[in-house]
Amino acid sequence: MFHIHCPYCDEYREEEEFHPRGQAHLARPATPDTTTDDEWGGYLFFRDNERGIHHELWVHSVGCRKFFNITRNTATYEIHETYKMGERPSVTAENLPDSQHQSGVQAATSGWQTVGARPESASLNQEEQV
Amino acid sequence: MKRYSGFGLVKHAMSHHENWERQWRNPTPKKQYDVIIVGGGGHGLATAYYLAKVHGITNVAVIEKGWLGGGNTARNTTIVRSNYLWDEAAALFEHSMKLWEGLSQDLNYNVMFSQRGVLNLGHTLQDMRDIQRRVNANRLNGIDGEVLDAKGVQDIVPILDCSKNARYPVMGASWQPRAGVARHDAVAWGYARAADSMGVDLLQNTEVTGFKIRDGRVHGVHTNRGDIEAKTVGCVAAGNSGVLAKMAGFKLPLESHPLQALVSEPLKPILDTVVMSNHVHGYVSQSDKGDLVIGAGIDGYVGYGQRGSYTTIEHTLQAIVEMFPIFSRVRMNRQWGGIVDTCPDASPIISATPVKGMFFNCGWGTGGFKAIPGSGHVFAATLAKNEAHPIAAPFSIDRFNSGALVDEHGAAGVAH
Ligand SMILES: Cc1cc2nc3c(=O)[nH]c(=O)nc-3n(C[C@H](O)[C@H](O)[C@H](O)COP(=O)(O)OP(=O)(O)OC[C@H]3O[C@@H](n4cnc5c(N)ncnc54)[C@H](O)[C@@H]3O)c2cc1C
Ligand SMILES: [Zn+2]
Repeated sequence: MFHIHCPYCDEYREEEEFHPRGQAHLARPATPDTTTDDEWGGYLFFRDNERGIHHELWVHSVGCRKFFNITRNTATYEIHETYKMGERPSVTAENLPDSQHQSGVQAATSGWQTVGARPESASLNQEEQV
Repeated sequence: MKRYSGFGLVKHAMSHHENWERQWRNPTPKKQYDVIIVGGGGHGLATAYYLAKVHGITNVAVIEKGWLGGGNTARNTTIVRSNYLWDEAAALFEHSMKLWEGLSQDLNYNVMFSQRGVLNLGHTLQDMRDIQRRVNANRLNGIDGEVLDAKGVQDIVPILDCSKNARYPVMGASWQPRAGVARHDAVAWGYARAADSMGVDLLQNTEVTGFKIRDGRVHGVHTNRGDIEAKTVGCVAAGNSGVLAKMAGFKLPLESHPLQALVSEPLKPILDTVVMSNHVHGYVSQSDKGDLVIGAGIDGYVGYGQRGSYTTIEHTLQAIVEMFPIFSRVRMNRQWGGIVDTCPDASPIISATPVKGMFFNCGWGTGGFKAIPGSGHVFAATLAKNEAHPIAAPFSIDRFNSGALVDEHGAAGVAH
């Protein structure tokens, strides 16, 4: 069971209060009229499906009902951070040391329980929106 | 390969069953093969078998990072049925069903295929309308199916709560009598043994770590036991398909989710068919050993850990007890998870890829066990001829750009 920190409620709550909603930061094509079938297909259906660091959208469905993002390792299930809509992740596959996002890993280091981490600093990375 | 027979059983009894030959070799990888199959689950092994048997291509390696059938093939709840809605899917799953019906003889291996029938319950008016539509579509495609009312369901499963007191009363069901269950391990082992006997090399404990790709064409694979060459590579890796695609430089329209199942302590025979409910969301059958085999939904997040969350177990058992109050004090024995590769339209992918010579067979998600014979058969033809088999053609990756989806969310229903 995940213990997830909702960045809006600013509290840790059990997984049951939340719903996962898939990969985060998917930008809808800005110019629908000139978007090709391949681009639409990519936006609608093709996913990173990362084994390792994954940025994903969750909704606090029976809490504040707000959407927010989680950076999570899909192999170890460790939650690295949660952050608000419109913000960028501070933890990425690129900026983590190799050992921490090893995709081959099958077992959680901390057993079954994984605890959501609060971002270390409130000022998150201001990358360009992609 | 020595054929298995009743006579052989008696003969080996004389020597206390100590002299059975090994079911397959444990070969050293060759430098080069005509075809490499990545993934030694049911689908990969069946593909290798039909390549050798139907197409005479025997210089084939099946590369498996763990042990044969140790992925979803060994983790599934073994429901086999073919009552899918759309013509494309019905053709594929019925093709498979026909092969199931002669499989034990074909492989000379008892896969314990038991056509005990499958019920898909309806609990609302809309459920019943969908059931009627699907059964009618099935019949037009020559697939057996009946619409039952609550009494008809009760006659088949006396222990099911069909009373009006249930929170979601059973209104009826679709019933496919030819559907049933099979022994999962035996399917993998039967295909493995038969493929091996025709010369296919089964390479276990061998992990594909990358592909040799030059000028947009595949030339082989990198493994933890060295490089192996082949001009044709078929990837059949279920939940890890996306990881392989990434190595090859493209994305798939897939997400990998944990799906769990559980079995109870063994009971005396009490349930002689398979009961599934999309609405209450759970399904159950009883194995030959006597344990109840139970499953339900995926965990909603992307995950590669072969386990599931406790909340999902709880929901699953709530559904089972809702349908079968008699099971409320049965103790559960074991629980496990597999990583299922779910597609947006709940139909599989059997397809060429942007890399020449490289093909993927994946996206079976929560329901590909039933398809092992048919999928292996059409994928082998696709690899052998370098052109999609007619039954496989609608399941190309292109459909996610063209929009020609095969939406089987209704028939795929409760994850299994
Ligand atoms: C709990 C559960 C219940 C299910 N119930 C049903 C059911 O009732 N009916 C039904 O029809 N279906 C069911 N399914 C779905 C079914 O199990 C799968 O669709 C089917 O088994 C997939 O077979 P496969 O051969 O494609 O995959 P797998 O059996 O998973 O085989 C893939 C293999 O690829 C190997 N592999 C992965 N990466 C690499 C690599 N890099 N190098 C080498 N090898 C690699 C893996 O080790 C694995 O052995 C269920 C699944 C689960 C998890
Ligand atoms: Zn909240």
